Amino acid sequence: MKIHEYQGKAVLAEFGVPVPKGRVIDQAADAADVFAELGGGLCVVKAQIHAGGRGKGGGVKLARTAAEAVEYANDILGMQLVTHQTGPEGTKVMKVLVEEGTDIARELYVAMVPDRETQRVCLMASTEGGMDIEKVAAETPEKILKEWVDPAVGLCAYQCRKVAFALGIEGKAVRAMTKVLIGLYDAFMAKDGSLAEINPLVVTGDGEIIALDAKFNFDSNALYRQKGIVAMRDFGEEDEREIEASKHDLAYIALDGNIGCLVNGAGLAMATMDTIKLFGGEPANFLDVGGGATTAKVTAAFKLILADDAVRCVMVNIFGGIMKCDVIAEGVVAAAKEVGLSIPLVVRLAGTNVDLGKKILAESGLPIISAGNMGDAARKAVEAAGKA
Amino acid sequence: MSIFVNKHTKLLVQGITGSAGSFHSGQMMDYGTQVVAGVTPGRGGQVFNGSVPIFNTVAEAVEATGANASAIFVPPPFAADAILESCDAEIETIVAITEGIPVLDMIGVRAAMKGSKSRLIGPNCPGIITPGECKIGIMPGHIHQVGRIGVVSKSGTLTYEAVGQLSDLNIGQSTCIGIGGDPVNGTNFIDVLEAFEADPDTEGLIMIGEIGGNAEEEAAAWIADNFSKPLVCFVAGMTAPPGKRMGHAGAIISGGSGTASAKVAALREAGAVVVDNPADMGAAMKTLLES
Repeated sequence: MKIHEYQGKAVLAEFGVPVPKGRVIDQAADAADVFAELGGGLCVVKAQIHAGGRGKGGGVKLARTAAEAVEYANDILGMQLVTHQTGPEGTKVMKVLVEEGTDIARELYVAMVPDRETQRVCLMASTEGGMDIEKVAAETPEKILKEWVDPAVGLCAYQCRKVAFALGIEGKAVRAMTKVLIGLYDAFMAKDGSLAEINPLVVTGDGEIIALDAKFNFDSNALYRQKGIVAMRDFGEEDEREIEASKHDLAYIALDGNIGCLVNGAGLAMATMDTIKLFGGEPANFLDVGGGATTAKVTAAFKLILADDAVRCVMVNIFGGIMKCDVIAEGVVAAAKEVGLSIPLVVRLAGTNVDLGKKILAESGLPIISAGNMGDAARKAVEAAGKA
Repeated sequence: MSIFVNKHTKLLVQGITGSAGSFHSGQMMDYGTQVVAGVTPGRGGQVFNGSVPIFNTVAEAVEATGANASAIFVPPPFAADAILESCDAEIETIVAITEGIPVLDMIGVRAAMKGSKSRLIGPNCPGIITPGECKIGIMPGHIHQVGRIGVVSKSGTLTYEAVGQLSDLNIGQSTCIGIGGDPVNGTNFIDVLEAFEADPDTEGLIMIGEIGGNAEEEAAAWIADNFSKPLVCFVAGMTAPPGKRMGHAGAIISGGSGTASAKVAALREAGAVVVDNPADMGAAMKTLLES
């Protein structure tokens, strides 16, 4: 789960990380009040969407007067902001953060992320703040410093100092940097982060360290114990069908193709998409109905798939293990009838009671194309989608 | 022979009175697994299925029954604690079936397990089976056949897919293991590859990876120097879009790393036969065995 920058900054502030003063608004006229509250100096108007790269897309502007602040807030609010992370259609901006300007001497990058290899939380830091960090990692990996945290003792001050000195920080700023890094680590641990990133973390002319941005992702498996984070969820930023899918405990991701996929198991679902592509087709979605593929879940899954107008054919690929194929076949038939399926349906069943399952499909009176294995199913689905 | 579990394995089930725990305990017993104990705090003294004693703690269960393996069906908020309880009782093989354990919990578990005698398989996995001897987990037992090919995978249903294809060709399996699709887990590909390499009764291996992380690349490096048996691989997620979590918590392409094509290239470089069509895993193994 992701949150907005202004929410991320509130989390950081709670853990003692300095952030610029500011306020989030959804009415442009309010920008004048915020400008006055901030003391009437230079201020920044920043679009609040979950995607990165907002500055390049025109979503961040510097205002010198109250009138400018209102003008820019007016420009940004309601705009369809396109960045390299939003896709070509962009994301509509519903809120802007108006905050005080900062005297930037240096821009740094710091982040916390769970590292699979060492099975520890990794602190990453770089002098290349404000840049696309993925590009830095790919082109100049030596510019990214890493420290791994022993969970028994947490992030140690010496590790923070090591990073601070390596980043060229001097004087009283070293202590400030240690405080920021420990605050970031504590926030990450307390809130079950899966990514916490400050880019840029700036050193001001006065040697202060301030988080100018805040990006948090949270572990969706831990949301049950993070009520405060869940309250920050912005459904407007999420795909409607993915929200609907999560209500039925289905893992669904919309894609650009025309063959709808209904599969049990995440690995098999990905493999099904890959097989469709291998036979020259394009999957319309990733959809994992999970281990217990009940009639209700299969019906909900069919509805989701068919809500996508691009879908020309549905391919069901289920390996019946504990759940028997005849039960799944009955579910598929009931669901297809309930939603009034009018496009070709290719079904591949394998596992327990497969013959009984196939018999139920054959006798259902539905125009079901049966397939022997997943390669065969993909080939038939691609063929059917091409004709439809 | 086999790896990690066999007919002598004595299993205790943590969460045996829950709905998944009780159902699968019954299935495991039907398969022939020696389920010697159950653990549900507060239910000690009761009996499961007419024959399996239930204990309040893992330590008591081990003391009374000599259990040396555990299966964890405890809900995610309590699963990390359950793993550590088994570890503390020096259980040799801990199989965590539970899906949805927070990553930071697992980071704590893995740190605490350092230096312990226990092997963790999972979490978020189908478990491990040595056909004809011992099934620990949720896989359908009857699709397996006794034989000499190992299977290891991050994904449950793809493991079944591989097993189903092998059995259809009358190729039996030595041991099949799902290591799970979470970012922080126990036993990894290399641990399993080492064990299969050393097992004289395993003739070949099917290994199934997926997008996310670089476990497949690390395995490929190990394979190139150390693995001598016929190896067929498939990597799921060629068509997965970046930045999206594909069902499994760990199955995500981020920052250009963890792509399927990089994994396929590394495995091919290491000498594995990597199939593009997952329906061909069994047939590819048959070809390798006959050549």
